[in-house]
Amino acid sequence: MELVLSLAIGALAASGVWLVLRPRTYQVIIGLTLLSYAVNLFIFSMGRLRVGMAPILDKGQVGDLASFADPLPQALVLTAIVIGFATTALFLVVLLALRGLTGSDHVDGAERER
Amino acid sequence: MDDIFLLAVLLLPFGGSFVAALLPTDARNAAAYLAGIVALAGLLMTVALYPVVADGAVFRHEIAWLPQFGLTFTLRLDGFAWMFAALVTGIGTLVMLYARYYMSPSDPVPRFYAFLLAFMGAMLGIVLSGNLIQLIFFWELTSLFSFLLIGYRHHTAAARDGARMALTITATGGLALFAGVLILGHVVGSYDLDQVLAAGDRLRAHSLYLPILILVLLGALTKSAQFPFHFWLPHAMAAPTPVSAYLHSATMVKAGVFLLVRLWPALGGTEQWLVLVGSAGLATFVLGAYFAIFQQDLKGLLAYSTISHLGLITLLIGLDRPLALVAATFHIMNHATFKASLFMAAGIVDHETGTRDFRRLNGLWPYMPRTATLAMVAAASMAGVPLLNGFLSKEMFFAETIEIHDGSIVDQALPYIATMAGAFSVAYSLRFIHDVFFGPPPTDLPHMPKEPPRWMRFPVELLVLACLVVGILPGRTIGPILDGAVRAVLGNAVPAYSLAIWHGFTPALLMSLIALAGGTTLYVLLHDYLQRSPAGPPLLRNIKGQRIFERVMVAISWRGARSLERTLGTRRLQPQLRLLVGVALIVALWPIYVHGLDWGDAAVTPLDPAFAVVWAIGIACAVSGAYVAKFHRLAALVLIGGAGLATCVTFVWLSAPDLALTQLVVEIVTTVLILLGLRWLPKRIEARDLDVRPGIAARARRIRDLVLAAVTGVGLAAVTYAVLTHPLPDSLSAFFLERAYTEGGGTNVVNVILVDFRGFDTLGEITVLGVVALTVFALLRRFRPAPDSIDIPEQQRLQNAHDDAHPKRQIGDTIADYLAVPAVIIKLLFPFIGLLAVFLFLRGHDLPGGGFVAGLTVAAGLILQYMASGIRFVESHLRVHPLRWMATGLLLAAGTGAGAWFFSHPFLTSYFRYADLPGIGAVPLASALIFDLGVFALVLGATTLILIALAHQSVRSHRLQTPHEPVVARSEER
Repeated sequence: MELVLSLAIGALAASGVWLVLRPRTYQVIIGLTLLSYAVNLFIFSMGRLRVGMAPILDKGQVGDLASFADPLPQALVLTAIVIGFATTALFLVVLLALRGLTGSDHVDGAERER
Repeated sequence: MDDIFLLAVLLLPFGGSFVAALLPTDARNAAAYLAGIVALAGLLMTVALYPVVADGAVFRHEIAWLPQFGLTFTLRLDGFAWMFAALVTGIGTLVMLYARYYMSPSDPVPRFYAFLLAFMGAMLGIVLSGNLIQLIFFWELTSLFSFLLIGYRHHTAAARDGARMALTITATGGLALFAGVLILGHVVGSYDLDQVLAAGDRLRAHSLYLPILILVLLGALTKSAQFPFHFWLPHAMAAPTPVSAYLHSATMVKAGVFLLVRLWPALGGTEQWLVLVGSAGLATFVLGAYFAIFQQDLKGLLAYSTISHLGLITLLIGLDRPLALVAATFHIMNHATFKASLFMAAGIVDHETGTRDFRRLNGLWPYMPRTATLAMVAAASMAGVPLLNGFLSKEMFFAETIEIHDGSIVDQALPYIATMAGAFSVAYSLRFIHDVFFGPPPTDLPHMPKEPPRWMRFPVELLVLACLVVGILPGRTIGPILDGAVRAVLGNAVPAYSLAIWHGFTPALLMSLIALAGGTTLYVLLHDYLQRSPAGPPLLRNIKGQRIFERVMVAISWRGARSLERTLGTRRLQPQLRLLVGVALIVALWPIYVHGLDWGDAAVTPLDPAFAVVWAIGIACAVSGAYVAKFHRLAALVLIGGAGLATCVTFVWLSAPDLALTQLVVEIVTTVLILLGLRWLPKRIEARDLDVRPGIAARARRIRDLVLAAVTGVGLAAVTYAVLTHPLPDSLSAFFLERAYTEGGGTNVVNVILVDFRGFDTLGEITVLGVVALTVFALLRRFRPAPDSIDIPEQQRLQNAHDDAHPKRQIGDTIADYLAVPAVIIKLLFPFIGLLAVFLFLRGHDLPGGGFVAGLTVAAGLILQYMASGIRFVESHLRVHPLRWMATGLLLAAGTGAGAWFFSHPFLTSYFRYADLPGIGAVPLASALIFDLGVFALVLGATTLILIALAHQSVRSHRLQTPHEPVVARSEER
């Protein structure tokens, strides 16, 4: 499991970085989305991989890390997902405004000089 | 009582400034009354404080600020500070009165008074500070407010340039001073003035003494306009005359010499002090006096004479002898009185005749005899004529120049140089009087000259009276104050000195007489030349400090910055991002390089083949999505959706149900969002189809980026694997697991962390979300699509054409037909989606769910309605008020947090902890649930606002660009 998840994170990050370095705004927004998957999974995996140990207690129970998954990275990632959505939305609108103002979908607002 | 007075002296001007700034622009009298009363109150309180320092005591008032860093707000009053405070408030009061008559009713006078009062406060802050950091704060404030005052008439270029130059020079000096004081504080171990003054021996012996001295002197000498930093002062004459009368007599420029005298016990008494301070003072004293003779502007002459007199004071301080320090202190007071009155007199002449040019002014005596008399007395004091205060301190100065004997050439020459400069000052004082008030009657002046209003002359009369009284009866009037001031600086080392007018025939008297005679002769000789000459001294006329300054500034701030930007900077995003990724890689790889990366031996979770399959698909989706994102946007969106689902599955699999839920809903909303945006992007046709091959440069770029991406991916995978094969170290996670139920009252630990333990983070986060939504909304209000995206899409055109062709069909029928079945289903689903949201929300505290998910679910439900039935249908059947939802949510969340205050607990403390409190214990609902309700409302509102704002663009009718309109110009419209 660990190996598969590591490879998955690597692949997501590589695809994301590649796209973020591309000249088209749409590529960048897709790249950011992929990169955020990778980063979220990475942060999440810092709590180690646990199967069937969701951090949900019984009433009155005092939990411990031996029998429950680490809740802290999960809380962090939950926040990150929502903020990631906000930045995606903002970037999308900025890229649309850029496209409207300059007529170009190049990240610099103008095609590269040749 | 005394400490309140002291605090009030400092704070009152700032308060007055604030009030004056709020007055209407034309409230000239109100502002003048306010300023006058504030200044007068300051003066009276200062006078009332005199007994505190009368016997040489030091009065301190401390307010703790950051005591652990040695920072307290300390007010410190001793004889020397008192003398300065009295000068600042006393002359301040007179200037406020004078300015009332000087300023034109058409000027925004309240703004002027606001600046002037604030400046007064800042100056008082300098003299009353008992802590050096605090002193520098006020020091920089005086630079700032003098900038505003000099630039008061900002519509003229001279005012702007003069203000900028003064600020650049004095604020830069202030920074040097700051650096010097930081080192000084480091050496002494305290910034407290008393401790610094007591540490003089330690400072002088320290290896850092010279750097400290140079840095402090840079601050003091720039402020006091000493050579070679003197050139800002003449340009500061662009300020209204009351400002000049205040800043360049008693305050701004005196701050520099104030600091020198203040720190003399700590830094003075060394060879370096003598050389640095003494030579700067001597050069300024002589050059200033020489330059002053050749000015053709009344205020210009006074400006250079101010420079010269400050040079004299600096020279006295530099001589490094207690008696010289007494003379310096005395001259600080005398110069303030006669120079303020001279500036005011020059202002009166300017005000009543309309010009300040010596070559145009002549024979004004018959028109304004009283002003002329006052100016004459003040100028005589400046020249050092007996029976006036200027004579006394100048004679002390002459006596001091003879006293020094170290045998050097400078020492031998000093009396002669001093006498010569004294003669210069006699010459320019004579010129100030004779050229303006005597000679042939004036011709072609802009106004007919006459006496000024009674109260405009009153401040001058008072000041001239002071010159006379001090000059005739020095011992009885100024004696005790001077004594208190020098005692505060010198302590027990106060030398014997006499303030009598007559000391017998001394060499100093002889020097005075020679200077008077020489100066008169010089003036007579130069008289005809000066009537016609251009401004500035012969030979040196073309060396203009201002021009050098401007050149340097242009070179540094414009050319230098530009070339730096050209060589090091870029405005293109890609290189910046490449750099960012590169730096991140290096930062990540460095510790791996140093410490190595090893796989641990912690037990791995056995691999489930299904999981491997999920990620085989997920990775394929991500990579192929990256590959097609340029030309096949929809396909790329679908593919990254696949990667997102794999992520979602991973969360479920690995015990994170909350994450999975949130990820799933966010996935839906993001996809819809990007779908809405796709319509406005340009068509892109694959190069392969156009038969164009990418160039070598483009391919090289791609290969480089591919390598960067691959290294990032491999590196991240390796780091992840390394971490995952090591056991989990101790962290604070256990804390949350242990206390989630017992103290947070919920069994879903993740939710309890979000709404309770880390509620403040969540509050910040939803605020960000709200801000983003509003930004999106605002950006889209002005949205203008590119010309080639304005037409409706091809599919829609075809459908509309089909609808048009059949007489029974209406436009939009086809699409409605297509969506008939989904629309029915979706409409029926809406209440169930709402129910699901309520369910998710309510179970949130104990089971997977919560405000975030519930809010996003409702938003998804809403947007489904929009998709199925169209904007018009939804908005005619359903009232959606995203802004209200957002506001309610934020208020609810913040209000719940603030509610804890009423039970005297910190912000965002949840109720559950205090369930056993009487009366509240009966409430079964944890307050965290109300907080979560706020989160729900805000997330719902923000998401809906973003989606709807974007969706609305399709129904807005965008004005078609006319073809000839240039593309760039559009951004500048409105």
